[in-house]
Amino acid sequence: MSMLSRTASNLYWMGRYVERAEFTARLVEATIRLDSLSARPAGMGAWTSALAVASASRGFKATGEKLSPMHVTRYLMLDEHNGSSARSCIETARMSARAARTAITKEAWGTINLAWLNLKNRASPGGTQATLNLIDQIKAVARDFEGAINRMLHSESYWFVRLGAAVERGDATARLLDVKYHLLLPEGERVGGIIDRDQWLTLLQVVSARTAYHLLYPQGLKPWLVAEMLVLRRQMPRSLIAVVEESGHMLSAIAGTVGKQGPADRLARRREAALDRLNTDTLFQNGLHQFLTDFIRENAELDAAIAEQFRFT
Amino acid sequence: MAASGTFDEIWGFGSRRSARPEFAGLAKWTKQTSAADFDRRQQAAEQYFRDLGITFAVYGEEDSAERIIPFDILPRIFTAKEWDNLAEGLVQRVETLNAFLADIYGARRILKDGIIPAELIYGNAQFCVPASAAKPPHGIFAHICGIDLVRTGPDEFFVLEDNARTPSGVSYMIENREAMLRLCPELFEQYPVQPVDSYTESLFRTMVSVAPKGSSRDPVCVLLTPGHFNSAFYEHSFLADTMGIALVEGSDLEVDEDIVYMRTISGRVRVDVIYRRIDDDFIDPLVFRPDSMLGVPGLIAAWQSGNVTLVNAPGTGIADDKAIYSYMPEIVKYYSGGEAKLPNVETWRCREPQALKYTLDHLHELVVKLVDGSGGYGMLVGPTASKQEIENFRAALIANPEKYIAQPTLALSTVPTLTEKGIAPRHVDFRPFVLTGANGVTVTPGGLTRVALKEGSLVVNSSQGGGTKDSFVLCAAGEGPEGGA
Repeated sequence: MSMLSRTASNLYWMGRYVERAEFTARLVEATIRLDSLSARPAGMGAWTSALAVASASRGFKATGEKLSPMHVTRYLMLDEHNGSSARSCIETARMSARAARTAITKEAWGTINLAWLNLKNRASPGGTQATLNLIDQIKAVARDFEGAINRMLHSESYWFVRLGAAVERGDATARLLDVKYHLLLPEGERVGGIIDRDQWLTLLQVVSARTAYHLLYPQGLKPWLVAEMLVLRRQMPRSLIAVVEESGHMLSAIAGTVGKQGPADRLARRREAALDRLNTDTLFQNGLHQFLTDFIRENAELDAAIAEQFRFT
Repeated sequence: MAASGTFDEIWGFGSRRSARPEFAGLAKWTKQTSAADFDRRQQAAEQYFRDLGITFAVYGEEDSAERIIPFDILPRIFTAKEWDNLAEGLVQRVETLNAFLADIYGARRILKDGIIPAELIYGNAQFCVPASAAKPPHGIFAHICGIDLVRTGPDEFFVLEDNARTPSGVSYMIENREAMLRLCPELFEQYPVQPVDSYTESLFRTMVSVAPKGSSRDPVCVLLTPGHFNSAFYEHSFLADTMGIALVEGSDLEVDEDIVYMRTISGRVRVDVIYRRIDDDFIDPLVFRPDSMLGVPGLIAAWQSGNVTLVNAPGTGIADDKAIYSYMPEIVKYYSGGEAKLPNVETWRCREPQALKYTLDHLHELVVKLVDGSGGYGMLVGPTASKQEIENFRAALIANPEKYIAQPTLALSTVPTLTEKGIAPRHVDFRPFVLTGANGVTVTPGGLTRVALKEGSLVVNSSQGGGTKDSFVLCAAGEGPEGGA
């Protein structure tokens, strides 16, 4: 029996939204850290850049609230009218999980349901310590969820959740890397200087990749190597090439049961081949920001192709 | 202690010194099992239902307050002989319902022969004009019926109500048995009980048997649900899963040139048979309520063209309408040629002046019902009603007598039930499920026993504090559940 398009869509979006909740939490964590770097804090610039990276500048402005760490944190983490706030993401993921309840395991449902019950009445992120706890809580939900999903039977349900997660993770990694572009160095600071270096280290830390970096690159911290790791290293599960490869695998697995491939499969293969051809030199040819902007656009194209191919609408 | 004149299914009438012979074993078991042991099992049963998620959503309460219907672990038992008689009556009843529906939406002989007044059909909100043009496969309209029965004595069973639309509760029949097998296995050693889990297989065979003529050898069957906010959603997903068919919502289906398709990840798949758990009014916004988002535009046209079978067909409500019910003895006789094996509860049609007069004179001892009411709402139970309630009903009756029927207050049978004060008799009713397909009528040996948990109460509806019990149908003497020794 072929899976209903509606069920597939719910599974895919459940995967996307859990991943997005985690991205938002990591983004806020990065911002808190950048803002509090001991040498020279990035200050409000870090918060403006967080809004830009989350495509939330306009939405935040509409709240009429003052641009302050507390208000931006609340907006990104808990605002009900911000569809990408961590809280909204968990709520949407739970609604999708509920609608596809019989296609996922009790554990996967339980993780999402409990996360929502813990979050639904939370109105304020509290002080910095409380906010960091909340961030840890959401990262733990994402880990539990991923664990529950990976214990499921490998069939369409599993593949669609993983496909959604991979597409969203590509978007998230690209946006996190782009934080550096939006984050202007304080006047008088030079590229490669101490502040620049601290900012790159912070980014590595929020994607839990600091140790991995030192293992892979004994030569020390170099911005282009950080970029290379998060874009081109297959060993890094968050790297762009790894998630593009993963979405290709998931699509092939689905094609295996559906009996045919479609435009989404071709697009995924094309992207993987293009990334494969890149190296550190070509990656920076037109600037990292331009590359990431293109990646985010192509990612949206892949999402649209998936929706069309499997009749999500 | 049961009220005098009430029949207890284990103890019989009156004296509690000796159980009816067939149930001596059960009586002994209840005596030997300690109260603490019953409590423990009762709690285990509740946990079992919670874990399964057999909850019914209460509208307006979001997540925490999903309730389970109370389950009582003391079973109700039918002997093989009792059941054979019941089953014969049920087959006759359901064959009649289908013959009646095919006639009403076809030649209408019964109206021409003057058995029932024509205005009762044409003036009835349940009469479905679009069904008149349809010729469902094998002339079957009501594939799934739930017949509500009550009992007042050893051989005294009455039909309280026919349910020919989308009767629910069958998942409880199956899950209650599952719970009993886990919690009270020793009972099944003592009593060879006929299994009920064949129901879903029979249902699937029934659906396949009524597929449209042109469909392939493996017709595609689906279950159409209003969605997970519906209070019976658990049952919908349970049935779809057990039958291995897709559980679809209206938005999963589309109609193109009078053919129904479901949208899947591998493309459009043609659908042949739809077990719909959506009421007529919501099933097709082009024909019925235009504001309904639950249904499928064009579904009725596809059905009328014979390209898809709807289980049950639209318009079956005309057969279980309470005004029609009162004519069922005549209707059974008209189509089957014999007396009804399962009698009706005596019914006064208040639309007739003499019946109205009788009803008004005896309100304090009658049950008065709205002809189109259900779920225990809009009902007067004379013996327990206050003076004010009786007077309010009197006024309503005089204003619109045609909207009401009246019935005697029956002394419903009781079954021993676990209560806070130990084991005590509680009133029950019974809903067996009857399937009709191309190969005839199937009665699953079992059903849903509903029990009024409040002492003395006669209202068994779950919305009004009722619970459920397992219903054992014993194998004939010398036959085990597998037909062996």
